[in-house]
Amino acid sequence: MHELSIALSIVEMAQEEADRRSVSIDAVHLDLGALSGVVKEALIFSYEVACEGTPLKGSRLVVKEIPIEAYCPVCNQLRRLTSMQWFCCPECSTPISEVLHGRELTITALELKP
Amino acid sequence: MSAEPRLLEVRKNVLKQNDMIARSLRERFRSERTFVVSLVSSPGAGKTAFLEKTLTLLRRDFRVAALVGDLATENDALRLARSQAPVKQITTGTLCHLEAAMVKRALDEWEIGPLDLLFVENVGNLVCPASYDLGEDLRLVLLSVTEGEDKPLKYPTIFNSADVAVITKIDLAAAVEFDEAAAEANIQAVRPGMQVFQVSAKSGAGIEDYLRFLKSKLAPLPSTSTIPSEK
Repeated sequence: MHELSIALSIVEMAQEEADRRSVSIDAVHLDLGALSGVVKEALIFSYEVACEGTPLKGSRLVVKEIPIEAYCPVCNQLRRLTSMQWFCCPECSTPISEVLHGRELTITALELKP
Repeated sequence: MSAEPRLLEVRKNVLKQNDMIARSLRERFRSERTFVVSLVSSPGAGKTAFLEKTLTLLRRDFRVAALVGDLATENDALRLARSQAPVKQITTGTLCHLEAAMVKRALDEWEIGPLDLLFVENVGNLVCPASYDLGEDLRLVLLSVTEGEDKPLKYPTIFNSADVAVITKIDLAAAVEFDEAAAEANIQAVRPGMQVFQVSAKSGAGIEDYLRFLKSKLAPLPSTSTIPSEK
């Protein structure tokens, strides 16, 4: 369970950005890849804990789950993998060694208080 | 009247700090010509026994050392020290994985000369270590025959993040009716093309193949080149 330390980093980075721009945050938007190694539910729970005692208390973490996508050299197309247990092109079964998306753990936006 | 939420676009990698430290470690290892291998597995898969064997055999011809992450005890470091290679413990406390900063700190306070190979044994855990780059050149994921052939399917993230798989305790394969073909198929399903070694730290089976592979990854040794020896 490393979600709490990840959540603490998110809060710290978001607050830093908010301070720099003199704004208050209502929500933090996050891209979370299926291969990031982070569990969404645990992260959302940890986020609430991490916000305690900070100006972000009461803010939300909005998580967008990013599926695994890879370029299939045979189909010549970007393909979305259908299973984490089968790293192959879903159309032609070509093995996939490098993924293009799915490892994200990225703050993408801050939703500001009105 | 409901106003649209005001969105401020940012783009910040949450693990940026770890990734930056890992990158600087990687540059440092490259300039010092140290090849770095990390080991991940579930608790009890045999990382320490495998590493002890590796260190014992390699230290005859190479400058090797190991950093070992452990939650609370020094037991692993003490076991590894039997290899007579330099070993340093990183006690992580309650943290379930190693981070690049911990590796850096351990190296900074460790008076150790130049190395050909540095091994970093992560905390036994098949989940959390997947997210953290430690600056290693090669990540080994270990799977013991006693754990079952479907471990790669249960933990695809860490198997996918690794470069090489090592199946350990193969001296017990028959006793636990280990299905080698199924294990291999499962590993290839989550990480197509991954090289797999089968070893027994106890009997020594398969260790030579693995060591040959490791040696092939090293830059030529100063002793075999035209650079004069320091002594």
